Amino acid sequence: MQENAVLELRGICKYFPGVKALENVDFTLREGEIHALMGENGAGKSTLIKVLTGVYEKDGGEIYIKGHEKAVAIRSPQDAQNAGISTVYQEITLCPNLTVAENMYIGRTKGFGTNWRKMNKGAERLLKNLDIPAKPTQQLGTCSIAVQQMVAIARAVDMECKVLILDEPTSSLDEGEVAKLFKLMRELQAKGVGIIFVTHFLDQVYEVCDRITVLRDGHLEGEYPIADLPRVQLVSKMLGKELDDMASIRTSDTAGKSQGGTPVLEAQGLASTEGIKPFDFAIHKGEVNGFTGLLGSGRSESVRAIFGADRVTGGKVLMDGKPVKIHKPLDAMKLGIGYLPEDRKRDGIVGDLSVRDNIILAYQVMKGFFHPIPRAQAEKYADEYIRLLEIKTASSETPIKQLSGGNQQKVILARWLLTDPKYLILDEPTRGIDVGTKTEIQKLVLHLAEDGKSVTFISSELDEMLRTCTRLLVMRDRKMVGELTGEDLNQTKIMATIAGGEN
Amino acid sequence: MTKLQNPIKEAHEPLLKRVVRSQIFIPFAALALLVIFNLIMDPTFFSVTLKQNNDGNPVLTGNLITILNNASELVILAIGMTLVTAASGGQDISVGATIAVAGSVMLRLLCGADAKADTMETSLLLAFAVGCLASMLCGAFNGTLVAYFKIQPMVATLIMYTAGRSIAAWINGNKLPVLNDPNFAVFGGFIPGVPIPTPVFVAVGCMIIIALVMKFTTLKLYTQSVGINSYSSRLNGLNPAFVKFLTYVILGLCVGVAALLKVSRSAINYSTIAKDIEMDAILAVALGGNALSGGKFSMAGSILGAYVIQFLTTTLYNFKVPSDALPAYKAVVVIILVVISAPVFRDKMSKMWKAVKGGK
Repeated sequence: MQENAVLELRGICKYFPGVKALENVDFTLREGEIHALMGENGAGKSTLIKVLTGVYEKDGGEIYIKGHEKAVAIRSPQDAQNAGISTVYQEITLCPNLTVAENMYIGRTKGFGTNWRKMNKGAERLLKNLDIPAKPTQQLGTCSIAVQQMVAIARAVDMECKVLILDEPTSSLDEGEVAKLFKLMRELQAKGVGIIFVTHFLDQVYEVCDRITVLRDGHLEGEYPIADLPRVQLVSKMLGKELDDMASIRTSDTAGKSQGGTPVLEAQGLASTEGIKPFDFAIHKGEVNGFTGLLGSGRSESVRAIFGADRVTGGKVLMDGKPVKIHKPLDAMKLGIGYLPEDRKRDGIVGDLSVRDNIILAYQVMKGFFHPIPRAQAEKYADEYIRLLEIKTASSETPIKQLSGGNQQKVILARWLLTDPKYLILDEPTRGIDVGTKTEIQKLVLHLAEDGKSVTFISSELDEMLRTCTRLLVMRDRKMVGELTGEDLNQTKIMATIAGGEN
Repeated sequence: MTKLQNPIKEAHEPLLKRVVRSQIFIPFAALALLVIFNLIMDPTFFSVTLKQNNDGNPVLTGNLITILNNASELVILAIGMTLVTAASGGQDISVGATIAVAGSVMLRLLCGADAKADTMETSLLLAFAVGCLASMLCGAFNGTLVAYFKIQPMVATLIMYTAGRSIAAWINGNKLPVLNDPNFAVFGGFIPGVPIPTPVFVAVGCMIIIALVMKFTTLKLYTQSVGINSYSSRLNGLNPAFVKFLTYVILGLCVGVAALLKVSRSAINYSTIAKDIEMDAILAVALGGNALSGGKFSMAGSILGAYVIQFLTTTLYNFKVPSDALPAYKAVVVIILVVISAPVFRDKMSKMWKAVKGGK
């Protein structure tokens, strides 16, 4: 082992049927270091972490940990914990029906008895230290996603680990919470903990990391001190090609400019059971607009109301000027509206079904119960979209849950493109997705608009919205507080509107 | 990720491996084992002879015929149970009691005012239709509790499981109706001149119908989708609650058909009719390699599973296992089958197999 290294991986291999997920990957983590693990979707980041935490068994290679003479065998998450490796996953893996304190101590109490008071006290102290706004006796499910995420980190931190793995912990946090998390990471760093940080946000990497390891297609691309790898270089290493795409996406602003005339969809005073204040909304043919606002500001709830995903409690909807009734998703679908939901795992994919069945699902439902799409036809649709969107999958028979996040998202996109919608709502289509696929999706959105479709695009990343949208609707506290177009479409103006008060 | 080979090649993995991995491998293997066991222990097990029955009609007899005949109700129930399992991620434990209800309704109508009758008082078709309606109503009741009140299937169907036989007794006015009409006995026995028992035809008919339904409707995709992820199913325009409800009603229809066979066999509706049949139906689904937590399913697996169960029962009877001891023997075999078909076990075995091969 190298001096001052806490963790060393040598020649790690992992194969899945038909796919080499990891091939001979090395990785070194030093004491008191924040080390970014970067790569596109399917580059092998998640697989590497799952090997390291005992979720998968490796097919080759060795793992060395400080304090152990020989290579350690990690066969289960328990082994990993015992070796001092703690993990916070991208998707929350705690139990929502237990209390915060129980979640923090689950699986860690010794013997049969539990000293509840002591446990709650310990949890309270830790929550306070880390400035997490939750009570120990509160049910975890009642906390916001961000708080749940922080509880997961608190749990990991309390286990006195040598290695802390943060797998996309920031994808559901807002800026303030991210800052808190970074503060926490630096404190741990000072104590000598090695942190592996997986994220898609480049800003965050450069803000907090010391070193970067880049994976591509299951291979090690290289390890670099942060100062030696400027941003553009990093991105081109991840993509494995020189970068001109990112620049070219900024299309002429004329494409998809909002035209006059009757809007494709117009909503007046729309409100739903999810507590959004009645809002007005309109979108024209070939327009791309977007909802923006902080987490929980009601962006998702607004589009869910348009699609009929939540129960609409008031307001009128007009399509092409004619009043329509949307009580449930099927009504919206029949009117030519598609909706890619924010929570891909819960609302998007049907995990055990094949990629093919996932692609045809919405179209099939629209055709109806007595008109099944023949197998050969379904196969044709699936192959067409797998090729068109470059979905990386072993075959169209593969269960969608075996695909990487970005490819799952592409399948959901394919599902809606197959229904040939007039109006497509994309709620955080680029969340938890690598730079390359993000760019592809943004391009696709602009393409759709050129073809005369209307798109509503929601993203947490402002520059992404600025690149694609010609009009932004700003939400704050479940209320629509502004509409920005043309000159006003810039970071400063948007921030000011989101923040509210006097500009 | 790098692809090792192109997708087309991947379909051509070794035939043996594909067969072993396929979902209906386990029920097939179990069936094969039972056949081999009987071949070794008692080859006469498989003999089938053509005899004349008391009415002078030619009938086939033998263990194989018994298996095909007696498995019929189970096969029909397994079809409905598979759909219920797939969509709602739970099982209906009230099918036995519901058979009693449907059977009572049929006999009550057929026997008329007297509890004892020698000819059918009502048209058979009407009695059958009303009986099916009764069992579908029971299914609708269960389905409503599960789909709309979101009660766990086991708990929801416990109500009908408890109450069903009492309702059946009440329908019959606490009498045991007996119908000695040979025209009615046809369904549980033989059509004059046809040597194969009628229930076999009914079961085959049901299989053909469900195969056609699955081919010409989207029932399979909908039930699977709802069973795997009801949230995203809803956002794809499905009505998950209605799909779940529908599967319980379909199971109700299956129960009605099974009830006709059951009461026709016995000519009376005794209070323990079809007792514990729900457990065998659930077992058939499990033996077919289907997850009892719902989602993807194989109908062929469940049907095969039903035949395996009957094959096992008949084998045990053939070896003169007393009927009291039968469940214990059955349990042992079931444990073995279920463990073998568990993914955990199969993973371990395939790893051991690899190690053995690597060691050579």
